[in-house]
Amino acid sequence: MASIKPRISVEYAENATIVTFTDEKILEEKDVQALQESIMSVIEQAPLSSVEDRKGGINLILDFCNVRFLSSTVLGLLIRISKKVYERDGQLKLCSINPKIYKIFKITRLTKIFDIYQDIESAVESLSIAD
Amino acid sequence: MASRAPTTRSMAIASTPFAIVEVCEWILPKLEANNFSQEDIFAVHLALEEALINAIKHGNKMNPDKEVKIDYSVSSDKVEISMTDQGDGFDPEAVPDPRLGENLYKNEGRGLLLMQSYMDVVEFNKRGNRVRMVRYKEKPRLPETQRQAQA
Repeated sequence: MASIKPRISVEYAENATIVTFTDEKILEEKDVQALQESIMSVIEQAPLSSVEDRKGGINLILDFCNVRFLSSTVLGLLIRISKKVYERDGQLKLCSINPKIYKIFKITRLTKIFDIYQDIESAVESLSIAD
Repeated sequence: MASRAPTTRSMAIASTPFAIVEVCEWILPKLEANNFSQEDIFAVHLALEEALINAIKHGNKMNPDKEVKIDYSVSSDKVEISMTDQGDGFDPEAVPDPRLGENLYKNEGRGLLLMQSYMDVVEFNKRGNRVRMVRYKEKPRLPETQRQAQA
């Protein structure tokens, strides 16, 4: 597993790039900015989809298993990430979001635009089905 | 045991993101000391973050010469926080609903909705540079069974 500073770890699975937020709290603007740079870099460098007949978009899974608190600044970051992924004909899945954080997604209705899964396994499986 | 007298304090912070952490570190332990639930503390933390970001970033435009004045009071039954920035203010009624249409895809504009969702009272002065927020401690529901379930 590659480790990218700061605040994320990256794992390349068979059909997906899994980015795990390593911090419990994602708060400060500079942290969000650093996260954005790291994740955008991952998106740009990610291996293309293994399926030959697809256009080659990346499959990105964002794993929130460690995250216990975030603010709306992070929601903005997720929107920017999604736009980047979709620009590149990729897929974005979020997973392992704790109930308090999930409530923030529900209130803001971001559950309508993000595919959210219970855990990494189901997120990876959804990509296999989509392929 | 928590004192019956509310903890009340006023402070002024510089318009820097670092100050947000400081404010939370001052206020949130007072909630713990007054036996607020983790759900209450999460809610107040989120509303504080959002209100401070609004005041520092949108109100004071990150100008380090401008301050945000914060008054807070924590008692055994409620927490009340007011903050005033030195900006021009805004009309909260004119803020687009971030849940509707294209707004759903915007990078910003969700802070006010979250403040209103997590606090029991969110009100602004006429100029729109001062917000007052209140959250009441949740009343226990089915106290005995709930306590047993949580034990």
